Amino acid sequence: MLTIAVSKGRIYDEALPLLAEANIIPIDDPKTSRKLILRTNHPDVQLVIIRATDVPTFVEYGAADLGIAGKDVLIEHDSDNLYEPLDLNIACCKLMTAARKEAPEITGRVRVATKYVKTAERYFASKGIQAEIIKLYGAMELAPIVGLADCIVDVVDTGNTLRANGLEPRELIMNISSRLVVNKASMKMKHQVIQPLLDQFEKTL
Amino acid sequence: MLQRDPWLLPEGVEEVLPEDARHLEVLRRQLLDVFECWGYEKVIPPFIDYLDSLLTGSAHDLNLQTFKLTDQLSGEVLGIRADMTPQVARIDAHSLSHQQPSRLCYVGTTLHTRGGALDKTRIPMQIGAELFGHAGIDSDAEIVQLMLEVLAVAGVKNVHLDLGHVAIYRGLVAQAKLTEEQELELFDILQRKSNSELSSWLDRYAIPEELQAIFLSLPKLNGDQSILATAQTVFTSADVTVKAALAELIKLADLMHAYYPELTISFDLAELRGYYYHTGVVFSAFVPEMGKEIARGGRYDNIGQIFGRARPATGFSADLKILAALTKVDKSTEDIVKILAPMAQGDLALDEKVRDLRAKGRIVIKALSGQQVSAQELGCKQILEKNDGNWVLVTLN
Repeated sequence: MLTIAVSKGRIYDEALPLLAEANIIPIDDPKTSRKLILRTNHPDVQLVIIRATDVPTFVEYGAADLGIAGKDVLIEHDSDNLYEPLDLNIACCKLMTAARKEAPEITGRVRVATKYVKTAERYFASKGIQAEIIKLYGAMELAPIVGLADCIVDVVDTGNTLRANGLEPRELIMNISSRLVVNKASMKMKHQVIQPLLDQFEKTL
Repeated sequence: MLQRDPWLLPEGVEEVLPEDARHLEVLRRQLLDVFECWGYEKVIPPFIDYLDSLLTGSAHDLNLQTFKLTDQLSGEVLGIRADMTPQVARIDAHSLSHQQPSRLCYVGTTLHTRGGALDKTRIPMQIGAELFGHAGIDSDAEIVQLMLEVLAVAGVKNVHLDLGHVAIYRGLVAQAKLTEEQELELFDILQRKSNSELSSWLDRYAIPEELQAIFLSLPKLNGDQSILATAQTVFTSADVTVKAALAELIKLADLMHAYYPELTISFDLAELRGYYYHTGVVFSAFVPEMGKEIARGGRYDNIGQIFGRARPATGFSADLKILAALTKVDKSTEDIVKILAPMAQGDLALDEKVRDLRAKGRIVIKALSGQQVSAQELGCKQILEKNDGNWVLVTLN
């Protein structure tokens, strides 16, 4: 049995064509079904639908052999217990800092609201800035408006949410795309199944 | 703040209860017997040691993994061992210091500041064996075989062997004359086998063209034996040390295939586990139930240098608790017949009978006066009863 962990939403939607090229077609649809395990056209391949931030955890423990996860999630997860062989170039966006439009350049200590705690810490440290990180789980854009933080670190796609809330993107931290991750033990023990799959993905890309 | 329950144990720290402890201890003795039959002598390094001795030849992460405290007698920093291998290397280099090869084994609890990535324990029970004083395929093969024997005796099923050789990567890095920073970046990329990041890394630096192709192939040089032949073609322009390392790995692979025709063996030429420590062949054992290796080892020549003697060395270790968890037997299938002896203080005949049974290895539990428990509740299937003035064993239904 080969288990592939994917998160619902944009990554799932954009991964479907890639999986189809490798002849993996889910039978169940996560939009209509409430199942967490999706069967596919292969009896020995299944998809598990989990939260994006849980994908590296599932794969690291070997609960899933493969996974598709954004680079933002992987960097924040910060583990060398995963193989990350392919950049799938899907679900592309940018990890950026953003602040209120009229806000002056930040000097000295800065308060940052983000769900990417480790990434933000490392980024500001590399800039020589002492940052106080406030962990939030959502609605990051609100933090600068209500005075909770000076700026935020978040993924930006079109930037519409930022603009709608009177924020503007400031600095690019990194470009994000989704990666195929592989459990280290699976890579060794299920090599005969996984390698052809990797080759097929690579050919499609 | 919430009051902590007094029974609570610290994170990553667990106690082993009777049933599991028995299994663990049986396993420990069995495995030590295997070591003894192979000529490996047991050593017992101290639980606490000078920090710098504990960190000899190891990577930065062992430092982070080690609990430290100050010695009030000397003012020096002591560490509680997070890995016993450097201590065993010191025993070979300094305390034994003979010329012939040393075969040493050990078992003991180690302490980690942070739990492992997958098994969250901070107190693994490390068991392992080290062979000092021989460089070459013979000692590498012996240690791999010993690891497989240990896993087989422990009853671990469906073992999968993975082989690699760190001198391949090390040779390529030297040949490409990478700076320290470049090497760190490459190391990080290869650990994750990130093909895409590897291409952009190669674009950024002026790596000689013939080496570019080799580096690019590294994350893909893993799989069954066929990749060894592929590597031979890819490595044509590689340094002689790289080719020698590959040749050594091929030789070991042939040996293992011959000795264990049924064993599945995979190869990974970019396997960099323990890279800062290892110098040659590296290997690990996997099983389908675990997302990471269950036993690991490899060559780490010259670690003893700081203790006064550089010697070739190779060895392996495993966490006995993980091996025990993988081989846990169902309690109901285990057939230990315990005996309950009544309380008869001063009855010399009974006392002699009990001593006799215990000498034969039987488990005899003495009833205590005033105790209202049945033999069954004490887990006893037999009792001692007085029949015609003699104490005899009676089996309960």
